[in-house]
Amino acid sequence: MSVSAEQLRGTVSLDGSSTVFPISEAVAEEFLAVQPRVRVTVGVSGTGGGFKKFLAGEIDINDASRPIKMKEVDKANEMGIGYIELPVAYDGLSVVVNKKNTWVDHLTVAELSKIWQPGSTVTNWSDVRAGWPEMKIRLYGPGTDSGTFDYFTETINGKSGASRPDYTANEDDNALVQGISGDEGSLGYFGYAYYAANQDKLKLVPIDGGKGPIAPTQTTINNGTYAPLSRPIFIYVRPDALDRKEVRAFVDFYIDSAAMLASEVGYIPLPDAVYAGAKKRIEVRELGTAYHKDATPVSANLLDAIK
Amino acid sequence: MNSDLKLASDNIKARHRKAKLFRMFCAGVTWMGAGLLAILLIQVTVDGIKWLDYQFLTSFPSRFPYKAGIKSALVGTLWLIVMIAMVSIPIGVATALYLEELSRKGKFAKLIEINISNLAGVPSIVYGIIGLAIFVRGLGLERSLLSGALTMSLLILPVIIIASREAIKTVPMSIRQAAFALGATRWQTAWAHVLPASFPGILTGVILALSRAIGETAPLIMIGALTYVAFLPEGPMDSFTALPIQIFNWVSRPQQEFHELAAGGIIVLLIVLLTMNATAIFIRQKTEKKLQ
Amino acid sequence: MQLARDVDITKKKVRWGEWMIESSLAICATISVVTTAVIIFILAKESMGFFQVVAPTDFFFGTSWVPLFEPSSYGVLPLLWGTLLITFGAALFAIPTGLASAIYLSEYASPKTRSIVKPVLEVLAGIPTVVYGYFALTFVTPLLRMLMPELQVFNALSGAIVVGIMILTTISTLSDNALRAVPDSLRQGAYALGATSYEVTTRVVVPAGLSGVMASFLLAISRAIGETMAVTLAAGATPNLSFTFLESIQTMTAYIVQVSMGDTPAGGIAYQTLFAVAALLFVITLILNIVSQWILSKFREEYE
Repeated sequence: MSVSAEQLRGTVSLDGSSTVFPISEAVAEEFLAVQPRVRVTVGVSGTGGGFKKFLAGEIDINDASRPIKMKEVDKANEMGIGYIELPVAYDGLSVVVNKKNTWVDHLTVAELSKIWQPGSTVTNWSDVRAGWPEMKIRLYGPGTDSGTFDYFTETINGKSGASRPDYTANEDDNALVQGISGDEGSLGYFGYAYYAANQDKLKLVPIDGGKGPIAPTQTTINNGTYAPLSRPIFIYVRPDALDRKEVRAFVDFYIDSAAMLASEVGYIPLPDAVYAGAKKRIEVRELGTAYHKDATPVSANLLDAIK
Repeated sequence: MNSDLKLASDNIKARHRKAKLFRMFCAGVTWMGAGLLAILLIQVTVDGIKWLDYQFLTSFPSRFPYKAGIKSALVGTLWLIVMIAMVSIPIGVATALYLEELSRKGKFAKLIEINISNLAGVPSIVYGIIGLAIFVRGLGLERSLLSGALTMSLLILPVIIIASREAIKTVPMSIRQAAFALGATRWQTAWAHVLPASFPGILTGVILALSRAIGETAPLIMIGALTYVAFLPEGPMDSFTALPIQIFNWVSRPQQEFHELAAGGIIVLLIVLLTMNATAIFIRQKTEKKLQ
Repeated sequence: MQLARDVDITKKKVRWGEWMIESSLAICATISVVTTAVIIFILAKESMGFFQVVAPTDFFFGTSWVPLFEPSSYGVLPLLWGTLLITFGAALFAIPTGLASAIYLSEYASPKTRSIVKPVLEVLAGIPTVVYGYFALTFVTPLLRMLMPELQVFNALSGAIVVGIMILTTISTLSDNALRAVPDSLRQGAYALGATSYEVTTRVVVPAGLSGVMASFLLAISRAIGETMAVTLAAGATPNLSFTFLESIQTMTAYIVQVSMGDTPAGGIAYQTLFAVAALLFVITLILNIVSQWILSKFREEYE
């Protein structure tokens, strides 16, 4: 882990995804130990909310659990704001149910879509699969500013933002954990780190993406078999912010410690080559995104994307 | 005749029994209410006391419960108290003085009075949203201590004004009349005589208003103070966190340890409030006798 | 040297320093008027923007509140209902309890008891609402779930109970003040006629102090409506128009906080919904406060 010898001062402002927040919080905390005079703040406005602030020049770094959208790219070009895209970890977006839920052994993508699509008429567990109890299914998930929401709806329902609206929507994943852990008929989704931190309260649901039910683990996320809900998560940095020494030091530190801290909070570190590629991007201030449409590629592409 | 007397006496006994039951009911309810609040405080203390140590007071928040502390929150709250006091006390006392001593008690003064009563009843979250619109966005002050202090000052200004007016009203007319008789102007009377005499009462009111400001969370959330802050603010334009925000943050997390940390934070907050309230009540009791 | 008889005391001498000071004080006083004007202006301006996109009838009478999804719906009734459930539940608990304890304090308690309980109540009235939220989440909800297993983690009942405890102190203190203000002569007269304490209280004292008591109820209800933190933590984030205390709901105040939770970027319909809901909240509490002041002034019994 590289450490700047000089004692820096200044501020670094982050905001955005609640999924990436545990990593950013950990990085900020560790950074404090090496650079105590640099003030780092981390907000949680959701990926979308964070991008709005990023594009208005209000924050230096946006935590994002999905790549930047075309709409946001257009806005960036319009505002003349550049962005450097840095992947920091893999997440296996997790579907969870209450600990007392004995009947769910796995869910197929088709079943998930049936439950979550706009206009869905599913009200009981028995509507999802024959043989399941007549218990009311209560849904929990992130709100519309969340990158996790965008990613999940895109992957499961086919269009980003398309979801039935009658669920407990909260940007605060902790509130979702609390709700699901107390509600026997509940079902929800959020980043893997929130399951990892609350395993005693939640039950993880393996997902069948066409090749049999796979549960998210270190291995399955890494090799891409936990599909389609494996995804890279990012930070986006403003190139003009990198002019400030403290921001540069922080971002370097972030990438250097991402592997260790990401796994600590429950995410999967990326291959070393990807982190090396990310550091090069910082060095040369390479702008732009590897994702030209709203498509969300699986992990394999990342290695190509970062080169 | 006897049966009538008996009827009357029975009736009286029944009514007195009813009165006694009613009295017991009211007493019971009161003690039940007190009991509920006692449970609340005991519950908080039991949960939080084990986290309350020197390390808790001098550490920053952390993702590890055993490392976490309220240093930044406590310092942020102290900053807020000072800044809010600097803004709201002069304006509040000046307004109260104006209304009681200098104004001509006409339509203008009446309008201000009505305004103040209404402002005192506006929910704190509305002040938060106004603070967001004016201070954070309109004046571009971002999520700084200044935004927070100004928003909270708006919130407690009506309370300070009302309390100060009450204090000023209790100053006997004789003091004013003596000053007028000696040729003093209204302002001279107000500044040199009424204000010093009502000072303890004003002080009490101010302390109570500030203690209310410290406990408010919603306005601070609205102006964007709900972020991870692990440093001490060094100036009024810095980002900050405060005790109620940190408590809210910890309560929102599902892990049991964070709930207990929240309880510890609550104990600290309650101690601060209790000290302020006790000081205010002490001052009030000491001076209530003096003016008689 | 000027002789006293030469000084014209009928002419008013303008002292500029004095005038400056008086003016600055007057300016300070107008800050309160300016504040009200600013609040109204900002709420109105953003709400106007909102109502250009959403028809007022949809807002006030719509039964579905999903402002941020596609397709969106902007009916505020679920939020209003959530607020009403909490307020109703809290008032149901707090009004009888608060009044009873006010009666006890003013009519029955010994001066020594009173001197202890009254300051204690005042201090308890100052407990921050986030503490009540904590209490609801960590104590009340688990307790209730032991008794009623079908209760959800986020539910309206816990919120109502905890808000009720909070406004109990308000009602108690204010009603006690109102009842104490009733002159003793009225009580003595009633006792002299042979009335019991129950009759004196219910037929003489409370009716005499009724304006103050009613005002305290209204103020407490207004406070319950504006309550944010306890309901945000305990009552949930689901707009819900059904009549149930066991489920998760969302109040107007909780919506404002939960949606912005960090802060909401300016512009756009999401930002405007905050102001539309805040404007509604402001108007409701304003009406309640005005009515309570009117009751106080109109119906206050004047003695001597």
